[in-house]
Amino acid sequence: MTTNSLPVRTDTPVRTPVEKPAGRGGRRLLRQGAGRQHHAGPLAYVLLVVMAVLSIFPLYWTMVAASTDNTRVSQTPPPFLPGPNLFSNLARAWDEAAMGKAMINSLIVAGVIALSTVMFATLAGFAFAKLRFKGRNVLLMLVIGTMMVPPQLGVVPLFMMMSELGWSQQLPAVIFPTLVSAVGVFFMRQYLSEALPDELVEAGRVDGAHSLRIFWSIVLPVARPAMAVLFMITFVHAWNDFFWPFVVLDMTNPTVPVALTQLSAGYVRDQSLIMAGALLGTLPLLAMFVVFGRQIVSGIMAGAVKG
Amino acid sequence: MATSTTKALTGEEPPAPPGTADGGKTARRRSALLHRLDVKGAPFAFVAPFFIVFAAFSFYPLVYTSWISLHDVELATLDVMEWVAFDNYVELWGDSRFWNALWNTVTIGVISTVPQLMMALGLAHLLNYRMRASLFFRVASLVPYATSVAAAALVFTMIFERDFGMINWALGSVGIDPVDWEADKWPAQVAISTIVIWRWTGYNALLYLAAMQAIPAERYEAASLDGASRWKQFTHVTVPGIRSTIVFTIVLSTIGATQLFGEPLIFGQGPNGVTGGADNQYQTLGLLLYEEGWKNYQMGRSATVAWAMFMLLVLVFAAQRLIKRLRSRTS
Repeated sequence: MTTNSLPVRTDTPVRTPVEKPAGRGGRRLLRQGAGRQHHAGPLAYVLLVVMAVLSIFPLYWTMVAASTDNTRVSQTPPPFLPGPNLFSNLARAWDEAAMGKAMINSLIVAGVIALSTVMFATLAGFAFAKLRFKGRNVLLMLVIGTMMVPPQLGVVPLFMMMSELGWSQQLPAVIFPTLVSAVGVFFMRQYLSEALPDELVEAGRVDGAHSLRIFWSIVLPVARPAMAVLFMITFVHAWNDFFWPFVVLDMTNPTVPVALTQLSAGYVRDQSLIMAGALLGTLPLLAMFVVFGRQIVSGIMAGAVKG
Repeated sequence: MATSTTKALTGEEPPAPPGTADGGKTARRRSALLHRLDVKGAPFAFVAPFFIVFAAFSFYPLVYTSWISLHDVELATLDVMEWVAFDNYVELWGDSRFWNALWNTVTIGVISTVPQLMMALGLAHLLNYRMRASLFFRVASLVPYATSVAAAALVFTMIFERDFGMINWALGSVGIDPVDWEADKWPAQVAISTIVIWRWTGYNALLYLAAMQAIPAERYEAASLDGASRWKQFTHVTVPGIRSTIVFTIVLSTIGATQLFGEPLIFGQGPNGVTGGADNQYQTLGLLLYEEGWKNYQMGRSATVAWAMFMLLVLVFAAQRLIKRLRSRTS
């Protein structure tokens, strides 16, 4: 890759740059030396704690507001401790705001999009990383170029297409346009260039395996960790996607973010219900972040364009 | 490089796979042909799905948008397109709502992007220290990224509520008069920017952190040997070292800023959502696009707004390029 008007280094190691605490000979996974290694002083800790509080507080407060009732929420000073009504409010949000249906819809949409993104990104990433073919670099540049195309611009024709296909208000209308992702292709290419030894692909060739076979039995096992990370990140994006689902779906068949707008659309606002809905819609992803935080962090960092 | 591909290119036969070594020439030739087909064709088959989906659902709509913008199309009758040439553009140019939305998009874009990236830089610097619980801090700064636009906007709308919102309560407790965050133009834009900043600062910080960790340690050693202070090291080693990532985040944030939609829509809850406030005081181009198409049923005009958004992006990046050119000339 020599064409380089883009800030993209293609030879950066893609490993999980998660460091062990200092001492105990923490594994240094980044080969190029991990920047500065000063120890954090008290001021740094204070600032970091402030940042963490600022990040987490709005969600904590969502939980507080979802667990009280409307009179308590709208008093001053505002409540800072959870009240007794969390589960009853969650149940109301589930029933009244169509959150139940929305959750299932979002699960289907995000699941299918994440699966297909991972599959096609691994296929294309493998081809770009390890196979030689005419126009490879041009096509790769094209992939990177497509990252620059904002999805909103084509929304009018897309809407027309969907109504022509009879998919308006249907989940396929949300799923199809996002079946692939340029960022995903690039991410897998980066990872496989690094993690998949050429010799392995060679060996497969010598054994007379065809490309798909090589992909299936050699590439997939190597790519698995990156695939898991890409799956999660894509899932997050698809779950939270707002503009297009809002345009093409209606309240009878919403995804979670679309259902949330319904909660607050009236003149009279039931604040506890709104917050319960917001909490419900965020919980699945929060759970994922609690369990797989390390992988998601390293995935985002690995996908970063290094300078 | 791959020997098999060089073979395929030079037309040499690959070793016959085991089991066909019966001297049967046709079989071997067929398998050689298959092999060559596979080596040449498979990569295209592997990258094809991406390009097919992109062409159908991203590229084609993008091009078709410009065609639609030259027509009158009603939402109720999408198949009836009346040619009006550049009328939509002329009307848009003379429409004060468009200039208002354009200007709002620019101002909200600036007040959300600049502080966001500055804070991300600071946060990345902090995260780059060796410390206890570093994973916790990294995951914590990603929590907002896990929150959907809708949920985040709902929460912040409550926090910025005029009568019982937490912000006004806090201001009141130090003796400052309450602010009408929704009805006044600048407070509304600040509040909307706050939602954007909250959601994306941590994510950008992680991108910067990854780039910071790729800076060779020798550069820091050299700088400290030259007697550079910590601050000097930060400005002369760290920031130049992650320059391309900074450019990358500026590009992404700019694209994101022109597309701003969910935050103002939900912030203006209910009746004021699509219009971006009673006086359009925080209507962005994204909201205007939606209002024209799905509230006023004018798809042609909606496509015109989309095209104007695209032109705005192109202009911004052209300007950026130009500034870069001029600066490199003067230096």
